[in-house]
Amino acid sequence: MKTYTHSVTLDKDLCQGCINCIKRCPTEAIRVREGKAYIISERCIDCGECIRVCPHHAKKAVYNTLADYTGYKHLVALPAPSLYAQFNNLKDPAPVLAGLLKIGFDSFFEVAKAAELISRATGKIWDKMPKPVISSACPAVVKLIKVRFPRLVDHVLPLVSPMELAARLAKKEVMEKTGLKKEEIGCIFISPCPAKITEINNPIGSKNSSVDGAVAMKDIYPLLLGAMKDISQPPDITAGALGVSWAAGGGESEGIGNTDNYLACDGIENVIRVLEELEDRRFSNIDFVELNACPGGCVGGVLTVENPYIAKTKLKNLGKYMPKSLNSLGKSIPTEMLWDTNLEYSPVFELQGDRIQRFMAYSRLEELLAGLPGLDCGFCGAPTCRCFADDVIRGKAKKSDCVVIMRRQMDEIKSIPE
Amino acid sequence: MMDAIKFVYTVPGDDFSAAGQASADLKSKLKTMGVDPKSLRNIAISLYEGEINLAIHAGGGQITVLVYPDKVQMFLDDEGPGIADIPLAMTEGYSGASDAVRSLGFGAGMGLPNMKKYTDEFDIQSTVGQGTHIKMAVYLKD
Repeated sequence: MKTYTHSVTLDKDLCQGCINCIKRCPTEAIRVREGKAYIISERCIDCGECIRVCPHHAKKAVYNTLADYTGYKHLVALPAPSLYAQFNNLKDPAPVLAGLLKIGFDSFFEVAKAAELISRATGKIWDKMPKPVISSACPAVVKLIKVRFPRLVDHVLPLVSPMELAARLAKKEVMEKTGLKKEEIGCIFISPCPAKITEINNPIGSKNSSVDGAVAMKDIYPLLLGAMKDISQPPDITAGALGVSWAAGGGESEGIGNTDNYLACDGIENVIRVLEELEDRRFSNIDFVELNACPGGCVGGVLTVENPYIAKTKLKNLGKYMPKSLNSLGKSIPTEMLWDTNLEYSPVFELQGDRIQRFMAYSRLEELLAGLPGLDCGFCGAPTCRCFADDVIRGKAKKSDCVVIMRRQMDEIKSIPE
Repeated sequence: MMDAIKFVYTVPGDDFSAAGQASADLKSKLKTMGVDPKSLRNIAISLYEGEINLAIHAGGGQITVLVYPDKVQMFLDDEGPGIADIPLAMTEGYSGASDAVRSLGFGAGMGLPNMKKYTDEFDIQSTVGQGTHIKMAVYLKD
């Protein structure tokens, strides 16, 4: 089995062993051990919350720079729609696309174009799906459903992400145009978040990704700012307002057209709440659910530059001047848009063993928890007393790691007369 | 038989924002215990309906949950107004909820019927003026 590579990592030298990240992690995937944080790989969904919250900048997204991608004969930029929302006074994305060609890319394929095609495909697959249909565009959300919401995996839209589709189509296009081989063409995503970078290494719904790498939007931004000046012949745009609007929460839902009864929610805590309620069938009459882990949608990704809410306004204004959509699909959905592997629930949070063993283990967990202080102080390295008890039951921590318990034990020893 | 794991929840009356906390808490605990997804959903739905009833009709009450390896029992006890006609209250679509409650989107008359539908055991005892006692159980699968 291929090991899971995360793009969220820790710089040990910068980590002070404080408890900011363990408290904020929505999947309780981080512990502090021996004064340093570490990420429990199978629990991490790459949402980037720890990067957002770390005061010492010890949590980082791993990505390359443009200079790392020299081994290709033809380099294709795959700009995420959120890239357009980083700049002022754009009437359409053409200056950004022109800028990309000036900073080292040989061509571009707008992810917004792929997004428009996904919107069309969603409409075609609609009748075959259990409702509500849940968007599969945000990889952090899909990973979250995979590890925590077994009853919702069948509701996730089995279509590849706009990023993945853009790479597949771009390769085809460039191969036809230039006669180059697939491996000679490098498709580089300009990413607003670490979750998309992780998706390249661990694709959702397929074995291998056609995306060859990613660069951070914040790294490309200063290069583009310079390159976007003095553009004489801007290229034609290939996507309309529909595709571009995917960058902000609610954009994907607006573009589907099959229903007005959708729910669009952003911010990981809100997303979890909605998923919990969806799992209990709390919502009636909702047909489509768009969930984005970052506040505001992709414009709120940790690798963006602009304030997400300003970016949202810019996006809206940009859409005013653009055609609604420039892409359509034929009768059926091309196979390259479909997942070829199903999403499967992976029960990483459940205790192991048969029903009786799990019951016994859980019983011990509650018993242990009753003896803990209940302060959720984080000194033991786990975010809560419950999480610590869970770690102890699984053999990942010792009861004496709890400072309050250790103090109690010391007091008992001291009180024994000599 | 192994000792049950016991959880007790107090549901405040007329506080709609708090209703749902007990079922959410129980669900997260049972997920850790690895309860099968279908039973888990049935437990969460039936307990949620019960919580809403306690908040809307009974002026609050108490929930006691006993978890066994093979089943989860839920006891809902209140000292509210009681139900005069239980068969009528068990009819789908019948609701004793006030207009104010209905305006909040509750009171569709599916509470008790859903609790019965999603559980393997369901028993209701009620005395007008004294309160209502509901006992539900969901059997767990491997």
